[in-house]
Amino acid sequence: MRYLPLTQPDRQAMLATIGASSIDDLFVDVPAEARLPGPIVGLPNHASEMAVERHFSNLARKNMAASHHPFFLGAGAYKHHIPATVDHIIQRGEFLTAYTPYQPEIAQGTLQMLFEFQTQVARLFGCDVANASMYDGSTACWEAISMAGRVAKRKKAVLSSGLHPHYVSVANTMAHFTGDTLETALPALNAATDAERLIEAIDDETSCVVVQYPDILGRIGDLSEIAAKAHAHGALLVAVVTEPVALGAIRSPGEMGADIVVGEGQSIGVGLQFGGPYVGLFACKEKFVRQMPGRLCGETVDATGKRGFVLTLSTREQHIRREKATSNICTNAGLCALAFSIHMTLLGERGLRDLAALNHASAVTAAEHLSAVPGVTLVNESFFNEFTLKLSKPARPIVHQLAERGILGGVSLGRLFPGAPDLENGLIIAVTETVTAQDVETLAIALEEILA
Amino acid sequence: MTINQSGWRPEMGTGGDDTVATYTGNRALMLEEALIFEIGDSSTTGVDIAPALKAAPRLGGLERNARIGLPGLSEPETVRHYTRLSRQNYAIDLGLFPLGSCTMKHNPRLNEKIARMKGFADVHPLQPQETVQGALAVIQELAVWLIELTGMYGVAMAPKAGAHGELCGILCIKAALEARGEDRPLILVPESAHGTNPATAAFAGFRVENIPATAEGRVDLAALKARLGPDVAGVMITNPNTCGLFERDMKAISDAVHAAGGYVYCDGANFNAIVGRVRPGDLGIDAMHINLHKTFSTPHGGGGPGSGPVVLSEALAPFGPIPFVSLMKDGSYKLVEEESAGALHPQTFGRMAAFHGQMGMFTRALSYILSHGADGLRQVAEDAVLNANYILRCLEDVLDAPFAASGPCMHEALFSDSGLAEGFSTLDIAKGLIDEGFHPMTVYFPLVVHGAMLVEPTETESKATLDQFIGALRSVACRARQGDAALKSAPHFAPRHRLDETLAARKPVLVWKEAELAQAAE
Ligand SMILES: Cc1ncc(COP(=O)(O)O)c(C=O)c1O
Repeated sequence: MRYLPLTQPDRQAMLATIGASSIDDLFVDVPAEARLPGPIVGLPNHASEMAVERHFSNLARKNMAASHHPFFLGAGAYKHHIPATVDHIIQRGEFLTAYTPYQPEIAQGTLQMLFEFQTQVARLFGCDVANASMYDGSTACWEAISMAGRVAKRKKAVLSSGLHPHYVSVANTMAHFTGDTLETALPALNAATDAERLIEAIDDETSCVVVQYPDILGRIGDLSEIAAKAHAHGALLVAVVTEPVALGAIRSPGEMGADIVVGEGQSIGVGLQFGGPYVGLFACKEKFVRQMPGRLCGETVDATGKRGFVLTLSTREQHIRREKATSNICTNAGLCALAFSIHMTLLGERGLRDLAALNHASAVTAAEHLSAVPGVTLVNESFFNEFTLKLSKPARPIVHQLAERGILGGVSLGRLFPGAPDLENGLIIAVTETVTAQDVETLAIALEEILA
Repeated sequence: MTINQSGWRPEMGTGGDDTVATYTGNRALMLEEALIFEIGDSSTTGVDIAPALKAAPRLGGLERNARIGLPGLSEPETVRHYTRLSRQNYAIDLGLFPLGSCTMKHNPRLNEKIARMKGFADVHPLQPQETVQGALAVIQELAVWLIELTGMYGVAMAPKAGAHGELCGILCIKAALEARGEDRPLILVPESAHGTNPATAAFAGFRVENIPATAEGRVDLAALKARLGPDVAGVMITNPNTCGLFERDMKAISDAVHAAGGYVYCDGANFNAIVGRVRPGDLGIDAMHINLHKTFSTPHGGGGPGSGPVVLSEALAPFGPIPFVSLMKDGSYKLVEEESAGALHPQTFGRMAAFHGQMGMFTRALSYILSHGADGLRQVAEDAVLNANYILRCLEDVLDAPFAASGPCMHEALFSDSGLAEGFSTLDIAKGLIDEGFHPMTVYFPLVVHGAMLVEPTETESKATLDQFIGALRSVACRARQGDAALKSAPHFAPRHRLDETLAARKPVLVWKEAELAQAAE
């Protein structure tokens, strides 16, 4: 077996040193009835690199890859061009094959990168501090609700109807077991966000309001009034960003008063990957830092006075605080955070703004083009690179018909909100820099034919 | 000397001199690297972006006009920045990384290649299911392997790491109790458990109580039995445990917990020790997470991502999370989500993350599993256990091994700080190993042993590497026993000397600030 360096003579010599007569002697603590006599029957034995690769190539071919088709899916995961440099650097063994930086003297590469990442995320979100990553946006969102509960010492959260339904589901799962109350609602297929409903719902029991920005239908709403109302009642504003590229064009949630900003970092550097691994972003105001979940990297000096970085404030974490920890997270999304950080460094502020401008202009042009198709209307007034169309028929079967024509034509609201008849004609379309005018034309023609 | 006998002889000089100052502060290949905030600026970019079309903005009047403060670097500068940073890291590619409990084994590059195939890496999670049948097949194929290897009834593929898997298992237990109409508020956890175990139970709304260990480093069965009762929802037991020992009484523990109406969660972080030799399902457990980034070698990437599928017993499987993949009668794969759960999986506790699990980790883990096959995986466990016992027996004369007398260890060898000179600690040994070119073992965990050192070599190390490591650790241990003052200031040869962690926590600096702002904040 190519990955196992011990030779048979090595094994014999080592057993002799140990004083064991056979390998079975080392498994004596396993009760006899639980010991397997040999390799598990019915499973194949080892295979060559070539054979394994062939197996996967065959499976990979059965999927429609985004790059090979006109592609318009978003709703929490976005296709952007990732510079080749990103994937090259994250494959350097020193990054790829390291562990969590428990020994800082020989992990300054990872630690400095995390310090840079935390600063990039905090600035992008308009917050004071950010952590070293969470699993993904949806779990970061629950962690934010949970943290707001600890800060406000209350157990009722109000969730915007524009929050990604998977994020709502995750929060519902957790709240059911922790005894928190969540006020949720289904979105309406119209241009206005549900800011009014949220402002109405905030009271003295509310721990936080959770608002996605831009929201699941792509709409962009000012958060300032929600923040003001929340703060007046001792509640926190949690903002959720699933498309961080948007923040190269629109104001950050922090600037509008959000106390905690979480997000999905996938769209910068990480790629689609059929849903994971992604990278959860988590930032907040400085005064809440001791309630934050997850790892934090901080600056310090070494014994000779040189600047260096370490994991810090770990008295919040499970390995020190055990059942009193702020979260149970241990392994997070370090390598995806690195990918995010490299991509962000390559972009810089100028690149991010240009990329955002390109996304927005392409989306505006596409929205005009597509809403000119008979049977299609544009729901949004405001949007960044993603908007919702209302079709004259249920969108879900249409998505399948588009796929038959080789077009990956958006995410139907029927898929995201099953059993909501008012939403079933909705189709979310994302238009990033990867979408060409030709792609939009192809989609427009197909929609016209299918809706006719 | 057989070379260069008659020819040119180089002038060899007199050896290294640490006191020589350099203009840059660098020392040849030891290159310092500034922060991107110090070397980049917001007008520089390393990407060429096509100009945007002319279109009237529709941003709802929320244009971002203020400066964001994100520095950019050109592409060559970017490559150099991160390459320089990378060289300040230790990694499994550089040498033995014996972090106990973390299973840092070789990461085959085939797995990286496969994860990057467009059909897996460039697929959106919400694509119509007929366009992702190959991806769903990978998830299903891995699921079947995990079920077979553990002898369990079902598997939840959604969890994103070990701790998330623990949460999955604990929520299954909570949902099962709810279905029985019982409210049991308590989870029992051994003192030696990883911190994520009690943290997870608390995160899911349980109270946590400790179960003591025996002098042999195993769960005290009598004490456990005495604590069981109608308030106990379940136990979380790590097996092999965090002392590197197999819980001989596992079946008896399971039986006792079941008899008292509770469930058994097994932390499977140490599955590497028994894969192919023992099926946890034969020991009566109800749920166990498998860290794919440990046993199945998906790279840990300096902190993650991981993946933590949870195998489930017949009693808990009905409560597992959505979504999951199901093989249909017509041979197609179906993703069971919110919509179909009502008909196909009505008792699910719900969703625990957006989309459907760590696909990029599934491809890598399955590639690893297929490469080894049933025979190779069994060999993995055997070699991992052999390597750990070799280390244990080669070092027990210089390092106190508290449980060595009771028999062999599994895949990791545990030592304590007993016998070191006055004022010398486990930390000094760890830092001494750094100078020897090794990553230290896990230190100060598990908590049940004073100054714990947990050494997990894994199966992908050669005997020559183990012998060198043993020699190095022996040397450092002897220095700590003799009170060698130079060890207190180790590491001497790493990119940094010991870092001041107290300062970092007392005055947290978590983001970079421009000099004026940083001063104003003082
Ligand atoms: C025994 C044990 N349990 C649980 C965990 C948590 O796993 P993860 O880091 O994948 O969340 C670890 C990982 O360090 C562990 O060693």
